[in-house]
Order: sequence, then structure tokens, then C-alpha cells
Amino acid sequence: MAGEGPDGRRTRGRPPASGPSGPRPTRDVPSGWAETLDWAGGRLKVAGRGLVLGGLALTGLAVLLAVLAVLGVSVLLAVKAFSPYEELRKHLLGAGLLFVLWVAMGPVFLLCFRPVARLTRRLSARWCGVPIAAPYLPKPWADGGKGGLRRRLAWLLTDQATWRDLLWVTVDGFVGWVLAILPAGVMVLGVVGVVAPYATMSLRLFSVAVAAAGVWASPWLLRGYGAFARSMLAPTQQAELVLRVRQLAQTRSDALDTGAAEIRRIERDLHDGAQARLVAMGMTLDAAGQIIDTNPEAARALLYEARDASVKALAELRNLVRGIHPPILADRGLGEAIKALAMDSPMRIHLASDLYGRASAPVESAAYFAVSELLANVSKHAEARETWVDIRHTDGMLRIGVTDNGHGGADPARGSGLRGIERRLAAFDGILAVSSPPGGPTAVTMEIPCELSLPKTSFS
Amino acid sequence: MRVVIAEDLFLLRDGLTRMLQAHGLEITAAVDNGADLLKAVVADRPDAAIVDVRLPPTFTDEGIRAALAARREVPGLPVLVLSQYVEQLYARELLASGTGGIGYLLKDRVFESAQFVDAVRRVASGGTAMDPEVIARLLARNTGDTHLDALSPREREVLALMAEGRSNAAIAARLVITERAVAKHTASIFLKLDLQPSDDDNRRVLAVLAYLGG
Repeated sequence: MAGEGPDGRRTRGRPPASGPSGPRPTRDVPSGWAETLDWAGGRLKVAGRGLVLGGLALTGLAVLLAVLAVLGVSVLLAVKAFSPYEELRKHLLGAGLLFVLWVAMGPVFLLCFRPVARLTRRLSARWCGVPIAAPYLPKPWADGGKGGLRRRLAWLLTDQATWRDLLWVTVDGFVGWVLAILPAGVMVLGVVGVVAPYATMSLRLFSVAVAAAGVWASPWLLRGYGAFARSMLAPTQQAELVLRVRQLAQTRSDALDTGAAEIRRIERDLHDGAQARLVAMGMTLDAAGQIIDTNPEAARALLYEARDASVKALAELRNLVRGIHPPILADRGLGEAIKALAMDSPMRIHLASDLYGRASAPVESAAYFAVSELLANVSKHAEARETWVDIRHTDGMLRIGVTDNGHGGADPARGSGLRGIERRLAAFDGILAVSSPPGGPTAVTMEIPCELSLPKTSFS
Repeated sequence: MRVVIAEDLFLLRDGLTRMLQAHGLEITAAVDNGADLLKAVVADRPDAAIVDVRLPPTFTDEGIRAALAARREVPGLPVLVLSQYVEQLYARELLASGTGGIGYLLKDRVFESAQFVDAVRRVASGGTAMDPEVIARLLARNTGDTHLDALSPREREVLALMAEGRSNAAIAARLVITERAVAKHTASIFLKLDLQPSDDDNRRVLAVLAYLGG
């Protein structure tokens, strides 16, 4: 579910390792009419997509040229304004206005190219089979309001990707579109070469041969265009590192905040719970000691009271420990711990766990509490009859799916619970994807990159 | 009655030994790890083994595994497992580990020595001693079960005590009612839960536990 494009909402995390793949060139020789038609249809589609990409490139160029034209006119006017032969004041005013316009509109012009680049990235993934990750820096004011104009400007102008987009629109507009429309171009060449009245036989044969080769190779041509786009639109290594550093800084501070909040909660629980009870126990025992000779019966009652207080203190400590690190998780690992969780739940939970070893303790803990919270959410909000929990580890990735048949409508943007899980998983480069259409079902998928180690056993 | 104790904390091991001795039980061995427990069980053939869940070297569920291993070595060996916390999963594993009495109690229960010794004796004679917290969680898990919802509050109390492994006499004493009243409640419970009635105390307990455990 995660990383599968626009349907599964992918929340903050790494860019998708591989996007949806476009049409792959087939090596099968077409046989039979139906397949030939299919094949030809596929090639036509490729040609059409190439035309759209070429059109997009030219649109980008047109925007660029329009911007340059405005710039040129303003410069011309400015030059004119300073020439002594004209009415100085009037044109100085005009040039000044244009200059202000430019300063104000420059960033807007720059932003014009971003949608073009974005669209190219999406189409490249969908049509050319070449997924391209977005290189932009995250908005620095994402968490706190809208941010001032200066911060927005700084964000836009210091992002290398802004300028690379501009470069891409230029190069694509002058050169790239030729590559994009090649698949359609060779078809036209074939047709024109055959029907042109002045063509000689050899020219006709030549153009048909070129067209046939071109049509056959058109998926690869489109792929080539995608690769070309990626070379300019993908994040540079430096941009990737910058993004990574920012993400690490963010998740580290989140992890520290979460940890600090947990410690405060534990401190409070100990202070109000077990500690208070131990104090009371000490006082009760002291009182018992003072009256044990004079009133042994009352002393006995106090002793029993102290004993009961110790039972309560133990129960509180037990609950606290469960909330910090459940013993069964340490004992048996994630699969069994979640099995125990499922056994305590009044919901019907179907658990499929396929883990051959143990993840590291912090990962196990994060995954356990994530599942625990998700199950609590399901029983609180979803009105689900059944829940399916699926745990597996493949390709160095721990994947956990929690699906219920409740009424859906869960939104990670609104629920603080889901945000909390997401933040905790992010500390391990883990991600959370939620699919919860109104009416259900709700499917939550978590992925945490980690290795498993074989469990230690002494009794077999 | 002869008992083996496996508990790694000296204070608790010592305390348990003294308390059981004070109640007239004989402690044949008090060990601090699973491997020694196996040896002691095979050598002494005690009437029951009392095992702490956390034992060296792993300090995880070593005790459960040691108890299960001991039951494989000595089939039918009554085992009472003590723990700082209880898990239904472990209760189920212990109950599934063959014949012979099974106990699974929180460590806190040793504070009430008379009741605790009673549980030890019950387990040694082939009975069951489940911690009230295990039963409470089993019942919580079964909320919404129409058969259980049909029980009266009193019947639920009787059911919980029965699931802990207590005899009719003990239930009667606990609830301050007559044994005959308890028998009436149990008959009604078995009817409502659609269970086969049985005169054998322990079979009755296991039937109830199986019902709750799904």
C-alpha cells in the first residue's frame, strides 16, 4: 500500500524507492490480429504521450519566453528612461514601476516553473517508467503558521531545485521536446515519405524502414526522454543530503520530545502511585510498631493494611512497566506480544505473524506500541467487528498491516494518535500509510527498515 | 508434601522456603536457575515445583520454559508458576502442557500465606490455581458474549472463582453462602454456557477456562 502512488496517502518519510512503472518495452513478436492491433495501439499511445510531453516542454518554453519578454521590455524602458532625449520623469516612473513589479513578480515567475517540473516528474513515472523524486526543500514554516514573506522568499531562492527547474524548462524547451515527440515524428515521417508525390522508390523504402525502426523503438525513446528528465529534475546528491539532514534533525527532535514526555509521565505516575503508597506503608508500619505492645489487635489490623498497600503498589508498578516495556515483548518478541495483545482484546483479531527472528528492542517497542494504539483506535472509533493484523519481514523491511472492517474515515491529519505513531516510527525511518475511505475498510500499513536477528534460546 | 522451589532472588527464595516450611511443607530443593530445577525435579521427584517466570541466564520467560521442560522430563509433575505479571498466553501454554496440576499466580499472592499454601496444595493434588487477574482479563476479553451476558452478577462471581480453580467449599466460604447455593449457581452457569456438567472439580475448571479462552 505504501509507496503506491496517489491512492495510498503517503505521509512524511523517505521518497518512494520505486514509483509506479510505466509501459515496459515488450520483446514479444506480435502474432495474430488481435495482438498486432494491441501492439499498434500501444505504440500509438506511446507516440501520443510523447506529443503531450513535447507540448508540455513547449508550454514551459512559452512561459519562459513570456517572462523574458517582460524582462526585456522593462530593461529597454529603463535604458530609454536614462537617455537624455526623452521625457525623463515619465519614463523614470514607468521603469520604477516595472522594477517594483519585477521584484514582486520574480518569485512568482520562478514558481511558475515548479508545476511544469512537477507534472513532468509525474508523467515521467507514469508514462516513461522513470520515477523521479521531488528535490524541493520542505517549507520551513510547515509547523508554525504561514511564515513571513521574507522567509518564503528565502525558502524559494535558496533552494537549488528552483534554479534547476528553470534550467530544465530552458533545456527541455529547446532540446528535450524533440526527443519527446520522436515516436510521433517517425510515424509522420513514414506516412509522409510514402505519400509524398515527389518521393523516389528508394526514399520511400528508406523512410518506411526508419519509421518501422522508430515505431518499434518508441517505448525506449520515451524512456530515454524520462532518463533525460531525471538527470535534471531528480535531486542532486547534495540536495538529497540536505533533505536527509533536515529529516534526521526533525525526527531526532521529535524522538527526544517523545522520550522526555514519556519520562515525565513515568515520573508523575511513580510519584503519585507507588511512591505515595510506600510512604503510607512506612507510616502505617510505624504506627503498628508504636501500639504493638499496648494494642496487638489494632496493630495486626494496621499490618494487614500495610500489606494491602504493598499489593496495590505492586499492581501500579505492573501497569507502569506494561506501559514502558511490556515484559512479554522482552520475553517473546513482537509476534507473541501482539498475540497476547490480541488475546486481551474483546475484538476478534486475526493475527498473521511471519517473523523468523527478533528486531532490535527499540524497533520492537515502537512497532508494539503502534499496533497497540491502532487496535485501541479501532475499538474506540471504528465500530469494527473484526480486525486483521499482518506482520512480516521482507527485504530488510518490517511491514505491519492493521485492517478493520469498520466504518472508515480515519484521517491522519486530524487524529493526533496517528500523528504520534507516525512521529515515533519516523525516528526509525519508518513510515505510516493510511487508507480509510468513508464507509471503510480502514487499512493502516507501517514499514520500518530493520534487520532481524535469530532469537537466543537455552531451553528448546 | 515435598516441594522444589526455583527462584533467583535470594530474599524471595528464602522467604518462600520459610513460609512453606511454617505450613508444614517439606522443601527438597531451592534452586536459582532452570537447569538446576530440571536436575532437582528428576532427582527428588517432588509433589510440586514452584517456579519463578524470570530466571537466569536470559531473565525473560526462562521459568515458563523450564517448567514445560520439567513436565516433559517428569510427566504429570504439578507446577506452580509465579510471576510479577500475568499473560493469558502463558496461562494457555501451561494449561496445554499435558496432565498434572497447574498453577499460575502473581507473586503478590504469597502475601496471603494461607491462601497461597492452599493453592500449592491444590496444584500438588492435580488441581488448578489461576490468578484472579488472568480470569479478570479472560472475562474482559469475552465482553459481548451473549451467553456470559446472560449470567447474573452472583453467577459471574461464582464463575470467576471457579475459573481460578477453587472448590465449591472454598467458593462458599469466600462468598459467605452455603455449598448447596454454590452448587445451584454452578449448575445454572453450566446450563447457560452450554457446557457439559461434571462432578470432577478440575475437569469443571478446565471446561470453564477453555470456554473463556475461546
